[in-house]
Amino acid sequence: MNHFSLPRLSLRFIPIWRRHFLVWKKVAATSIIGHLADPIIYLLGLGYGLGSLLPEMGGTSYMVFLAAGTVCYSTMNSASFEALYSGFARMHEQRTWEAILNTPVTLDDVVLAEILWAASKSLMAGMAVILVIWLLGLSHSPLSLWLIPLSLLAGLCFASIGLIMTALAPGYDFFMYYFTLVITPMMLLCGVFFPVTQLPPLLQTVSAILPLSHAVDIARPLLNGALPPGATLHIAALAGYAAAGFYVSLVLFRRRLSR
Amino acid sequence: MSAVISAQNLRKSYARQEVVSGVSITINKGECFGLLGPNGAGKTTTLRLLLGLIAPDGGELELLGEPVPRHAREARLRVGVVPQMDNLDPDFTVAENLLVYGRYFGMKDSEIEARIPALLEFANLTHKKDAKIPTLSGGMKRRLTLARALVNDPEIIFLDEPTTGLDPQARHLIWQRLRELTQQGKTLLLTTHFMDEAERLCHRLAILDQGRIISEGSPRALISQHIEPQVVEVFGERAGQWARENAAHYAGRFEVSGETAFCYVSDAQPLLAHLQGHGELRYLHRPANLEDVFLKLTGREMRE
Repeated sequence: MNHFSLPRLSLRFIPIWRRHFLVWKKVAATSIIGHLADPIIYLLGLGYGLGSLLPEMGGTSYMVFLAAGTVCYSTMNSASFEALYSGFARMHEQRTWEAILNTPVTLDDVVLAEILWAASKSLMAGMAVILVIWLLGLSHSPLSLWLIPLSLLAGLCFASIGLIMTALAPGYDFFMYYFTLVITPMMLLCGVFFPVTQLPPLLQTVSAILPLSHAVDIARPLLNGALPPGATLHIAALAGYAAAGFYVSLVLFRRRLSR
Repeated sequence: MSAVISAQNLRKSYARQEVVSGVSITINKGECFGLLGPNGAGKTTTLRLLLGLIAPDGGELELLGEPVPRHAREARLRVGVVPQMDNLDPDFTVAENLLVYGRYFGMKDSEIEARIPALLEFANLTHKKDAKIPTLSGGMKRRLTLARALVNDPEIIFLDEPTTGLDPQARHLIWQRLRELTQQGKTLLLTTHFMDEAERLCHRLAILDQGRIISEGSPRALISQHIEPQVVEVFGERAGQWARENAAHYAGRFEVSGETAFCYVSDAQPLLAHLQGHGELRYLHRPANLEDVFLKLTGREMRE
């Protein structure tokens, strides 16, 4: 049982994913209302408020510009909250992992299930925003349907990165660092609210390697009915972050739980 | 009898401190085996090693014929575990906890649902089927945890301090259920620091201290091997002084702890006659028990 051995994947993650889904089903109504209300408030509030001052951005109305960013940061937020706060509760406070690990399920299965579940939450959040975008008439392109698989991919990426923090966390307070020092800067640097070209060159370089930028760069052209340039690279980057995050978090969890 | 657990010379260190230092255990099918020891003796670590949840630094181990930790997963398909701390799913009802847990063993929903009524009856929780976990008492939670450990109809059940924190009624009910399980031919491996629990339930037990097994055998054999058959406890303010002056005369071995003198004797009559002449001293005459063995072997000092 070497901590650094590669993940051994199996279908045994399915009953764990179903467990998380069953918990969610009990609060599904609240959760769905939240997923829908949040983007409506942001898009309408910022879109009308700021949008009236900024008649056009990147060739579209500000509200359309903001719509693509909203899909991406919603998926980032929902995967991050699930992987950090809910994941930590399951690992540490409720000892759910301990109960599961006493069965013929391994830690690799448990961590994979966490990532897939958090990504599922991203998928739901992303689909809710896309629904709002259609209802508000912000996109008419069938290409916008591609934002559904993008939400899942972005979810996998942010869930995997987030689990690294969960594996290192002594307690819930620790997550404040991640949200303040990683999530919030990403929201401001990655072209969610304004084009990255407004940033000084150094910050543009930083922005280019952040995962949220890759998601935004795919999402924005698709909503406008265009194929995103460099899509393969962006997809590869998101998948790379997801794979690396999975591996690093798994190694850290193996170390943490073998004590 | 066939061995269902066989461990030789298991070792495990954490941060260069050896927690398990060469433990060898053989447990036969149908046995109730107890692992006793003070806090920090290595009981829980030994259980985790036996389950293949952590890898030993040295030693050989087979669980239900499977080499562990290499094939721990296959072995755990046929094992049930009652952990020390409750880890039921608080968001689920009693029945949902059983259903969700059974799925981890790869069981079909229909298969689990067919088992749930009998499991609930075993746990005296039929009337609580749809109750949420936070509404259950401590005893009910323990019983549900035991029922959950049986969902896959295991051959061996590991129980880590199954009755810690329970009131006497709840403990007796758990004991009764554990006896039923051994009658059904299940093998039980339990850790406890309640000596009466070990004496009542266990066919055989091992006393673990500082990562080593310091004695092993049936409760009766351990008592007769280590302790004189009779114990007279003399207590009161002047018990210490009395013991220093008189105990050696009547008892082959005695110990003073606080305001109590423990006198270990083969024949208690001369000592009892002497005590009847000292009305200021109170005393209790009883047969030797496992607690006497435990305290003799592991000492009276606190382990913290």
